[in-house]
Amino acid sequence: MDPTNVLECVGLRKTFGDRVAVDDVSFTIAGGETYGLLGPNGAGKTTTISMVCGLLARDAGTVTVNGRTLDTGTVEVKAAIGFVPQEIAIYPDLTARENLRFFGTLYDLSGRELDARIDRILESIGLTDRSNERTDAFSGGMKRRLNIGLGMVNDPTLLVLDEPTVGVDPQSRNAILDSVETLAQEGMAVLYTTHYMEEAERLCDRVGILDDGGLKAEGAQRELISLVGERDRLHVGTQGNIAAAAAAAAGVAGVEDAVGVDGGIDVIARDVRASLAEIVRAVDETGAGITSMEVHEPNLEAVFLHLTGKALRDAG
Amino acid sequence: MRDAGTIARKDLRRRLRDRTAFLVGVVLPFGLAWIFGLTLGDVESEGFDATYAVVNRDEDGQLPDRFTALLEGLDFVTLREVTTVADAEVLADDGTIDAAVVFPVGFTQRVEAGEGGSLLVISSPDAQIAALVAESLATSFASDLDAAGLSVATVAASGAAVDADLVARAQAVAPGALIRSEDADDRATSQATFFAIGMAVFFLFFSVEFGVRGLLEEREEGTLPRLLVAPIAPSSVIAGKALASFALGLVSTVLLTVATTWLLGAEWGDPLGVSLLVLAGVLAAVGVTALVATLATTTAQAGAYVSIVAVVGGLLGGTFFPISQAGFLGTIRFLSPQGWLMEGFQELGFGGSLGDIVGPLVGVLAIALVTGAIAWTRSTRMVAR
Repeated sequence: MDPTNVLECVGLRKTFGDRVAVDDVSFTIAGGETYGLLGPNGAGKTTTISMVCGLLARDAGTVTVNGRTLDTGTVEVKAAIGFVPQEIAIYPDLTARENLRFFGTLYDLSGRELDARIDRILESIGLTDRSNERTDAFSGGMKRRLNIGLGMVNDPTLLVLDEPTVGVDPQSRNAILDSVETLAQEGMAVLYTTHYMEEAERLCDRVGILDDGGLKAEGAQRELISLVGERDRLHVGTQGNIAAAAAAAAGVAGVEDAVGVDGGIDVIARDVRASLAEIVRAVDETGAGITSMEVHEPNLEAVFLHLTGKALRDAG
Repeated sequence: MRDAGTIARKDLRRRLRDRTAFLVGVVLPFGLAWIFGLTLGDVESEGFDATYAVVNRDEDGQLPDRFTALLEGLDFVTLREVTTVADAEVLADDGTIDAAVVFPVGFTQRVEAGEGGSLLVISSPDAQIAALVAESLATSFASDLDAAGLSVATVAASGAAVDADLVARAQAVAPGALIRSEDADDRATSQATFFAIGMAVFFLFFSVEFGVRGLLEEREEGTLPRLLVAPIAPSSVIAGKALASFALGLVSTVLLTVATTWLLGAEWGDPLGVSLLVLAGVLAAVGVTALVATLATTTAQAGAYVSIVAVVGGLLGGTFFPISQAGFLGTIRFLSPQGWLMEGFQELGFGGSLGDIVGPLVGVLAIALVTGAIAWTRSTRMVAR
């Protein structure tokens, strides 16, 4: 095992009767890395993370957390895992502080250490002022934030979040995504499942595309995009000689094609951002005045479409 | 065990906030015991009197004399001498007597030979309550003989059947109260004891239910996966629920015992015996309700299932109405833990010793062990997928 890896999953398989829910899924997550499992509803995301967390027995494969094998009966290894389930999993008749205290106690925390941990989490999820109120009086967004806070109570090295933003308003969603980014920056390994492409694009260092129980592809977003042969497109609005501008842009290293279109040129490149300065200089030297620029990068939606033959949002 | 304790404390905190547990476990049974005591106490203590006859056709036997002596010891009973069944029917029909109890020929001999027997109560259509009390006295007497195959049949002198509800009401008067009491105060105490015991046993199965359905509640609230991801054994979750149930049952029963003793004058008997029976009873209640809860898929369903088992078991076990020790009901009442508990508590309440409750104690513990083991196995399957 690579010592930098917090989580290693190898050949995970789970069937329910005749239905294969997850088949031969393997991936790793290093400390400080956010790994996204992207797939539509029913793709096998929740089944995969249930096996990762030891909630569900595997039919095959291994899960290793911090170098130690995890099974459903394992107790100690689980201390390193923070879990944020898709459903809001809090006790409605306890206060936010009582919820945190209860779960903290299950992780062998007590006394001042637990109090300090609870205060820090309440602060980070913005519930300090409401910490002594019963959670059944909370708004949906507040409950979601507490749901995430409970996953952090043991200060885990691996945080597993199962679609934590489902049904959340945009403001709370942003707050949740900010929190996850901060946790990863602090060195936590994060496993994040979602069917929102933009969340995966924003948060994840690497992404696994999951569909019909199988991992269709995985890697950094750039790797995935290049894997499917998608190219960046740059539209440059010009006022002068469009043909000359297109020819100049085509001569820039990394540019695969440049053609004149109505009101400007379209430049196709493998990584348009890397070549952007050169393209601008080349076009500018032709005397064509640049009026606008627009970068169109291929996204995970396109990758998903390419790999599965269906749009992510429609696939569920 | 520490994790189970943590989970149990959390559950108890939630149950205490939800005052329903306190209402069902303490307030309701106490209130009902008090009301029953008042209602049925009035039957005897506020000017009630009755005129009865004993028709002794079992002239060589001792049992008619014992029954006559029993009636003579009750200050609300006036006895008339009647020698034949025909005379008794006439006197009951015209209202001279309220009821007559007929001992058939050879009754004592058959009872002593273990062959069973039947007492006949002829009642006056004009004195239904007094007739009901007569039947209760006969039933209680038969129960006290502790012989198999005894029964009591009632006919109205006019030939009409006695109203079943009224019979049930009369049977609700504790047998011990009627047979062993010597004055009105003692009778009131005995009734308070019977109803305190009955209500405590009946509601015990409701109060522990708040804990055992906790596993389903965790699943519905989505907190079960979070618990199972924590570094604790899955069995700790189940043990925590069982522990919370046990604590709820124990606290409510102890509170009820103390409250009915102080406020209603109930006499529970030997404290050690009572303690042992309470502990065994709570274990059995946890086992039975936990087993029932594992058959359900939702908390609402579990609540309904437990209610059915608690009510049927309560009625079968004689928590509301005394069950005769003889006959079919007297046998099958021991299928329910409530039946064993009522038997044991009544033994203690009416002066029995620790030795008298060995049978009930073993019966209750056996039920606790069997149902608890099955419930544990099924619950383990629920949390381990």
